[in-house]
Amino acid sequence: MRFLDSFLGKIGGWVLAGLNQSGGMLIFFLKSLFWLLRPPFRFRLLFRQMEFVGVKSINVVILTGLFTGAVFALQSYYGFAMFGAESLVGSTVALALTRELAPVLTSLMVTGRAGSAMAAEIGTMRVTEQIDALTAMAVNPIQYLVAPRMLAGIIMLPLLTVLTNYIGILGSYVVGVKMLDISEGIFVQNIYTYLAMTDITMGLIKAAVFGLILSVVGCYQGYVTAGGAEGVGRATTRAVVLACILILATDYFLTAVMF
Amino acid sequence: MEHAAITVKNLFKSFNGQNILNDLSLLIPRRQTTVIIGRSGDGKSVFLKHLIGLLKPDRGQILIGKDDITVLGEAALNRVRRKFGMLFQDAALFDSMTVARNVAFPLREHSRLKPKEIMEQVLFRLDQVGLNGAENKMPSELSGGMRKRAGLARALALDPEIMLVDEPTTGLDPIMTQAINQLLKETQARLNLTSVIISHDLRGAFYLAHSIVMISKGRVVAQGSPEEIKNSGDPFVRQFLEAGLEGPPEAS
Repeated sequence: MRFLDSFLGKIGGWVLAGLNQSGGMLIFFLKSLFWLLRPPFRFRLLFRQMEFVGVKSINVVILTGLFTGAVFALQSYYGFAMFGAESLVGSTVALALTRELAPVLTSLMVTGRAGSAMAAEIGTMRVTEQIDALTAMAVNPIQYLVAPRMLAGIIMLPLLTVLTNYIGILGSYVVGVKMLDISEGIFVQNIYTYLAMTDITMGLIKAAVFGLILSVVGCYQGYVTAGGAEGVGRATTRAVVLACILILATDYFLTAVMF
Repeated sequence: MEHAAITVKNLFKSFNGQNILNDLSLLIPRRQTTVIIGRSGDGKSVFLKHLIGLLKPDRGQILIGKDDITVLGEAALNRVRRKFGMLFQDAALFDSMTVARNVAFPLREHSRLKPKEIMEQVLFRLDQVGLNGAENKMPSELSGGMRKRAGLARALALDPEIMLVDEPTTGLDPIMTQAINQLLKETQARLNLTSVIISHDLRGAFYLAHSIVMISKGRVVAQGSPEEIKNSGDPFVRQFLEAGLEGPPEAS
């Protein structure tokens, strides 16, 4: 009986902590939205964050896209070859990439690169009283620190996803056409036939939502950091794990609603 | 009271059920230095953060002039905050910016000065705190004392009426401690500031203060001129003074 008590108590504790965390994050998001829409608009900070989240992620995204497209072509070729449908490799890869893989993988990579950095940077500012200093100088820290990062995430993730789409299809082209000898005309034609514009736009909308998630989670975990350098480390880890899980879970629900 | 810059009435604050401020009431006189002393963990820093609205009390009033900041909204509170300059314990310089940009920050946010005029102001402020030539350094390249000086220059940038200082000399060597205390004293006198300094360095407190307030367990236990505090018969004050000025701290 005592074992059951402590077991249920633990589960209850987790549920409460989870609810507490989600509520905190939701309020944080609404505050950020509120401050995003109020002047002064800090374009310089926005552009700096867009560069950090977007431009500086290009290399990572190119590598991710290239290898994802290539390996997917290789694997699907193996399956399709069993019943002589190799010509569908290109369109299959293109559909999977634009609808699913490109937005999700791009967001996961950017979470690892930029989401973690947001948590670490804002967390360090919290524990060294720099956030208090902003407030003391009559500057709202959410408006100054969080709003530009959130907007940069929403804007840059779809752009990076476009790049992943392109590079991924290129990767599958190289493997499919140049290495596995699928006819180039059929490979490309099938992409045009089966890939609709909505596949791409829905993928980009997903990417924008994921961009919002990774930046809000990263900033929130940094913002509520406590406990010195160790706290900053914990915040960074939590930001990455939580953002990745939320991105994957949201992906399922968005897919169920969109397609 | 006419000459009070800050009036604190019956302030209560608790964290996780633990009372940190416990019915704290205090008048802080205008254009003087008030040093708040007390043991670590007795709510000094928490109290200081209440004065500029970084923390909200559970109960009580804080009047800055005539404004009760505990009931003000964000915009009104920010107007009151512009009367303040605050020097944080570790200076809290923005480590992504140079010293010059740190000092320029409040000017860029709240003044309509042109970039050239801002730069002139920055150099003037850095000169006042003895940091000429450090404008292009990053905070990570500065020593503890230099960071405090840069933090002070930033706090003074907007000509504040009230200066809040959190533990100005913690972590500094004795010579630098004296230099920073001297700088704080000169600055207060030259600019005629209302200055509130948190400290547990007693020598510094007696050197700087026009009036000393002693806080224990979240409430004021003694207040008076340095002389009055020195001659106080209160056993707690005596214990604190004897441990701080004459010997090692007593274990409790």
